[in-house]
Amino acid sequence: MGRLHEYQVVGRKLPSQHDPVPRLYRMRLFAPNEVVGKSRFWYFLKKLKKVKKAAGEIVSINEIFEKRPLQIKSYGIWLRYDSRSGTHNITDAVASCYQDMAARHRARFSSIQIMRVSELKKSLVRRPYIRQLLEPKLKFPLPHRVIRSGRKSTFLAKRPSTFY
Amino acid sequence: MTKGTFKRVVEVGRVVYVDRGEGEGKLAVIVDIIDHNRALIDCPTTGVPRHSHSYRRLTLTDFVLKEFPRSGGSPIVRKYFEKENILEKWNKTAWAKKLENRKKKSVLTDFDRFKLLKLKKQHRYRVNLEEAKLRKQKA
Repeated sequence: MGRLHEYQVVGRKLPSQHDPVPRLYRMRLFAPNEVVGKSRFWYFLKKLKKVKKAAGEIVSINEIFEKRPLQIKSYGIWLRYDSRSGTHNITDAVASCYQDMAARHRARFSSIQIMRVSELKKSLVRRPYIRQLLEPKLKFPLPHRVIRSGRKSTFLAKRPSTFY
Repeated sequence: MTKGTFKRVVEVGRVVYVDRGEGEGKLAVIVDIIDHNRALIDCPTTGVPRHSHSYRRLTLTDFVLKEFPRSGGSPIVRKYFEKENILEKWNKTAWAKKLENRKKKSVLTDFDRFKLLKLKKQHRYRVNLEEAKLRKQKA
């Protein structure tokens, strides 16, 4: 998985006589690739500062990788979106957040702005379906199993048993 | 609550058989539960890398590593897995034997299958002969 990557983008206004050493702006954002990452950088920066792409430049863009990808964590995502009506990898968590927003609120990628992503303590987890999983001695059965092995034919003499 | 009906549950330390995907046909251990669909599995002994795997592509076995610490590292998995002799126990189960036989059968050639048919017939003939004798004695 990992349809999204986390990037650190640094950009600034082009130096001019008026301002020979323009201020650098750094942003951490999630995008499917670098091109979109740069585009998102300008989109957000325009809203925050009086800098636009035509009169600015990207100083650097590099990907941020997760420190411990094999450890399971819960992530909190703070976001805002223009209304019309977390878990394994950070990028996966953010991707699943976009999915979730699309599912629950029919919100598109373009109408969602992620403000902050950080690991959460147990007590701060809000969604009940994630909270379910935080029990210390978690145990649950797999009640209904459809075994789909590619080797078997679609038509069988026996009805498959789904009990497990 | 579900203990009576379901014999195998998803839990930390549960030994699973990987049906499809990475480490197919090998045993692994559930190291941590990610969500309702996936778990983190690992097993250095059988050579399954540490990765997330969907429950749909796993089958739970009867074995559980007792007191396995949640999200324990690979060396810890190896230690617990080997301490309980899971591989030995697994090879004794009817399930493992069936898989082994299936594998053996799949590499047979046409001639091998023919020989097997003949041997089976001979075996059946002898068994039936003895059975008939016993039946006669009884009557």
